[in-house]
Amino acid sequence: MNGPCDPTPAVALDQVWSRYGRHVIHQGISLEVPRRSVCAIVGGSGSGKTTLLRQMVGLLPPWQGQVRLFGADLYRVPGDERRALKRRLGVLFQQGALFSALSVYDNIAFPLRELKWFDPDLIRALVLQKLAQVELEPRHAHLMPAELSGGMVKRVALARALALEPDLLVLDEPTSGLDPDRSRSFVHLIRCLQEALHFTVVMVTHDVESLSALATQVAVLADGQLVAVGSPEAVRRSGHPFIQAFFAGAPAPQP
Amino acid sequence: MPGGGLVLKEEGGRIVLAGDWTLANLVRQPVPRNVLEARLADFAARRLPWDLTGVERLDSAAATLVWRAWGRAWPAEVALGDEERVAFARAAAVPEALPPAPRRPFAEVEALGNQVLRAGRNFVELTELLGRLVLDAVGLLRNPRRIPFREFSATVYKSGAQALPVTALVGFLVGVVISYLSALQLRNFGAEPLIVNVMGLAIIRELGPVLAAVLVAGRSGSAMTAQIGVMRVTEEIDALTTMGIPATLRLVLPRVAALTLAMPLLVVWTSAMGLLGGMVSAHLQLGLTFDFLLHGLARAVPVPNLWIALTKGAVFGFLIAQIACHFGLKVRPNTESLSARTTSSVVTAITVVILADAIFALITREIGIPAQ
Repeated sequence: MNGPCDPTPAVALDQVWSRYGRHVIHQGISLEVPRRSVCAIVGGSGSGKTTLLRQMVGLLPPWQGQVRLFGADLYRVPGDERRALKRRLGVLFQQGALFSALSVYDNIAFPLRELKWFDPDLIRALVLQKLAQVELEPRHAHLMPAELSGGMVKRVALARALALEPDLLVLDEPTSGLDPDRSRSFVHLIRCLQEALHFTVVMVTHDVESLSALATQVAVLADGQLVAVGSPEAVRRSGHPFIQAFFAGAPAPQP
Repeated sequence: MPGGGLVLKEEGGRIVLAGDWTLANLVRQPVPRNVLEARLADFAARRLPWDLTGVERLDSAAATLVWRAWGRAWPAEVALGDEERVAFARAAAVPEALPPAPRRPFAEVEALGNQVLRAGRNFVELTELLGRLVLDAVGLLRNPRRIPFREFSATVYKSGAQALPVTALVGFLVGVVISYLSALQLRNFGAEPLIVNVMGLAIIRELGPVLAAVLVAGRSGSAMTAQIGVMRVTEEIDALTTMGIPATLRLVLPRVAALTLAMPLLVVWTSAMGLLGGMVSAHLQLGLTFDFLLHGLARAVPVPNLWIALTKGAVFGFLIAQIACHFGLKVRPNTESLSARTTSSVVTAITVVILADAIFALITREIGIPAQ
């Protein structure tokens, strides 16, 4: 893993326009997320952050423009390649989106089983590693999603998102619904995993604290456009009223 | 070999692993897992030194694969970078087996007991719900401005009016079948005109109410359970309660009342369609005129049978709505609970309707049977 970093960006948005009905949400958004960076997308409610995220993971084709993952156009590559592309992607949904009919173990094993390449013994070893990575214990494997607390749901969902060893992890509001203490430890966990596994992270967040702790790049979405892109410090210094309001009262980032 | 970004070869007395050993590459390269693993194990058995310095990436899937081929132990001699060492250490730290799920020695007995207890609890809760409804109804009579007319009429429309086509179709077809089968038997005895007695009594007294009830339980009962269940999942019911509007008053009572009213009407409709189907069939097969059949009906089926059918309809409608709402309120916030409760709701409603029908048959065995 100490090889040179591939120069093609993990995610590249090229002049993306989107609309719901006649309501235009994004007016020509262009953004490049370099490999191994952590990009946070922030913006007010209704500014289309989640829409942008859904476009990146292949759930919603943009009206105009291109979404490229690792250099390949997500919505124009042929089916096989597209499936391979999506396997390089792990998504953590806001509510976890665990399959409620499956136990924790089966939830994490699910994407591995779908590959039809591993035997049950290897899958077991990998599931237990993922559980350890998200700081859960093997005995938790038998629980059903309905029996988990909010913090555990997020951890299991993260373990499932990491099951296929993704190169890109997409997080939708990773700390929503967690108390400050839990959200801090979850952010710490994501940071440790990112440092160990070197995946790229794209996340949408409202939480200034988790943003300052994680992000290497911040993209601010307002009025259908990216009004600022850059390091957290650089974005903080920009004068856009939304940015001033967003960071107002937040402590300066720790060096 | 094996290609696709992975290198595994013997070179100068060393076994060389190089390239990107990642899950994505493992899945993409053409060699099946067991072949690759056998090759790794072969190399491991020859006790040559391993050289992993050319490995660019090693993720936990590949590390676990190689670790297992090594027999879950470090080979005697191995050269590798720090990150790869960490990846193998992670693979090595995994416990040998999953801790067993908590075992219960008498699981079957426990399940049976739970089933019985659950049935009992459902009965108690249904009784409680009934009591709640009576109290709510009394409260509404004192304060008629709070009567939820809108929900009431919506249910009458959705569960009653919209059920007309399907009950008509099923009623008509069952009428045709009953009349056809009876006609075959009656013709053997030369008693063709008696078709009116057989068909009229069977359809009006039994088939009409039960058919309508089964259809409504499947159609409207399941919809009620699912709707109230989803409202429970999305906390809409809690929102209602905090506004000072009890869920039983706003959601359950209008549904129960509406279905109690709509079901007798549906029973009349279904029976009428059944009789129509029966008459068409009798006319075509036995050559009896519609005039004869209609007049015969008035003689063959005394009026008390209509009252029995209407009462049955009201009782069935009441039971179906009550059971559907009860199970809807018991849905817990996960998808499996929703489907399980909806199934229980329909199965219980149909079973209870047939049970109630048997009780009706016992109670009314002296009433409405034409004297010979």
